[in-house]
Amino acid sequence: MQIGLEQYLTVSFLLFALGLFGVIMRRNLLVIYMSLELMLNAANLALVAFSRFNNKLDGQVLVFFIITVAAAEVSVGLALIVALYRRRQSAHVEDLTSLKF
Amino acid sequence: MDLQNILFYAFAVLTLGCGVLVVANPFSRNPVTSAMFLVLTIISMAGLFVLLHAFFLAAVQILVYAGAVIVLFLFVIMLLDLKAESMRRIKIYGVLAGIVAVGAILAIFLKSLGATMFNTDPHPAMEGGTHELGMMLFKNYVLPFEVVSVLLLVAMIGVILLSKKNLE
Repeated sequence: MQIGLEQYLTVSFLLFALGLFGVIMRRNLLVIYMSLELMLNAANLALVAFSRFNNKLDGQVLVFFIITVAAAEVSVGLALIVALYRRRQSAHVEDLTSLKF
Repeated sequence: MDLQNILFYAFAVLTLGCGVLVVANPFSRNPVTSAMFLVLTIISMAGLFVLLHAFFLAAVQILVYAGAVIVLFLFVIMLLDLKAESMRRIKIYGVLAGIVAVGAILAIFLKSLGATMFNTDPHPAMEGGTHELGMMLFKNYVLPFEVVSVLLLVAMIGVILLSKKNLE
């Protein structure tokens, strides 16, 4: 059987679902952040697969930009987590309830 | 079954297996373990990129993600000196809601995948080397490229401001 677009997309979808599960289930801010990275990577994989099987390079350029933005996002997010930890001495979502009604 | 198919299945299983271990490792709740399995996930995904002939992106993936991003994660984990996440009591409704939400999204994805007739090239010939990607990036996408550089500058300034000891 030839490996086609469907197989790659299936892997991408499963990885995305895994990342979403992590974001919902885990209580540690850093692990939630890693799960977000998994979701971004799943999107990247789908884009590269589409780009390959449609013979267009535009998808890969988009992935390049996504990787750049993800790097910027990680740096800002981790700085926020460090700033939060300084104030609260905790990186658990359950301890951050100031906005809870 | 030729070599490419075998490699695809190997990398796919490795990616998903390590992804599971990032999210729900049954043996350890330590964030460092999660970060290490994230490295493995990213590297096997770079393998998938190579199978899709996206050579430049595979290199960038390893350099940026497995290099820079994970090192940043590990730095922060060490800096915060996090204790391993204790097994807090699991809220049954939370778990149930999570599984339902994830299952619903996955069902939508897979259903749409099954219902779509892809009109794809059976023998794709595109190559994602540095030359082709560079041509594309500096001809058709010059403006987004420059905007991204401004974004990186903004992120840098933001991080410096955020990590100052006392903001006045």
